[in-house]
Amino acid sequence: MDHNASDLAHQPGETHQTHHITQPIVYYVVYALLVIFMLLTVGASYVNMGSLNNLVAMTIATIKAVLVVLFFMQVKMGTRLTWVWAAIGFIWLIFLFGTLGDYVTRNWISVTGW
Amino acid sequence: MSVEVAEEHGHHHDPALQHQFQDMDQQNESYVVGMWTFLVTEIMFFGALFLAYTVYRRENPAVFLEVHHHLDVFKGAVNTMVLLTSSLTMAMAVYHAQMKNRQKQMIYIGITILFAFTFLIIKGFEWEKKFHDHHVPGPHFEYVRGEGEAPIVKAPPTPVVSMRMSNGQNVNFPKDTIEPDFSNKAQLFFSLYFCMTGLHAFHVIIGIGVMGTLFFMLMFKHPNVDYYMPVELAGLYWHFVDIVWIFLFPLFYLIPGS
Repeated sequence: MDHNASDLAHQPGETHQTHHITQPIVYYVVYALLVIFMLLTVGASYVNMGSLNNLVAMTIATIKAVLVVLFFMQVKMGTRLTWVWAAIGFIWLIFLFGTLGDYVTRNWISVTGW
Repeated sequence: MSVEVAEEHGHHHDPALQHQFQDMDQQNESYVVGMWTFLVTEIMFFGALFLAYTVYRRENPAVFLEVHHHLDVFKGAVNTMVLLTSSLTMAMAVYHAQMKNRQKQMIYIGITILFAFTFLIIKGFEWEKKFHDHHVPGPHFEYVRGEGEAPIVKAPPTPVVSMRMSNGQNVNFPKDTIEPDFSNKAQLFFSLYFCMTGLHAFHVIIGIGVMGTLFFMLMFKHPNVDYYMPVELAGLYWHFVDIVWIFLFPLFYLIPGS
């Protein structure tokens, strides 16, 4: 076992590491997708979809961000702890935006002084 | 020293292994998680600015729609391409760091640095125009509405401001009908624009410093960069900067009109 591991350690790309080495083809495919999504988001902004426009723009941005996090930042190949840590930031971001609920609902009930 | 001791036990330890870690797996995970901890704090403070943006855009949709036309969509789109491409070259630098190819690491890090400078230069031209047009928030701020810009009389009915009258009654006004405020609200838009793109540009500058340091360490064959982790962590940072821009671009340059 130890013998095997040290043998492998001498081959580039086969060292016993936490994360696997992502092959360049993956990066190129992700990059192509990111460019396509970027063109999509510019194009979509010229199409009037009413209130859907924001949703479309933010959905595309989120898809792009997820692609970057999973592949460029190698979280997909990361350990479970890395997954948890990467997710925590975005979960807290959701909590932060939860405070918007206050702004949105302020005018629902008329209370003097608000 | 630790290598010698380890070899007595029949193990081959990576010379990059620090003594406080059991093995390379644990060390790598610790480094990556440590970097992500830093990135979580970054997500939080950028998140606060994005929240501020959301609150004010929701309150002043018509102002944001009109004022955002002063931003150059083409330059913004080119900059998006520049950053996306720099993320690719940084990912390739990390790949070659993992493959221990020093020269290709230097090439890809060098290209990434050039893209970072390209981004800043384009950004600089954009800001230069803002200074020229007096669109920089502060005592010299001036927002003159164009001839073609329809006077804002009716805003979407939802955002209202509730004001208490002297007779004790609450009266609701649609926010955008408060016309004299327009310049102030335009200034608010530009404040958010400069604050958020400025903080982002600051991160790009720091990124140049980090990547430049790695470049010279590779050039002078510094032992620390024999281990791929420093380049990988710099890559994580750089991709994060890219993600921030992915959201900034549609939010400032592509506000949909009706």
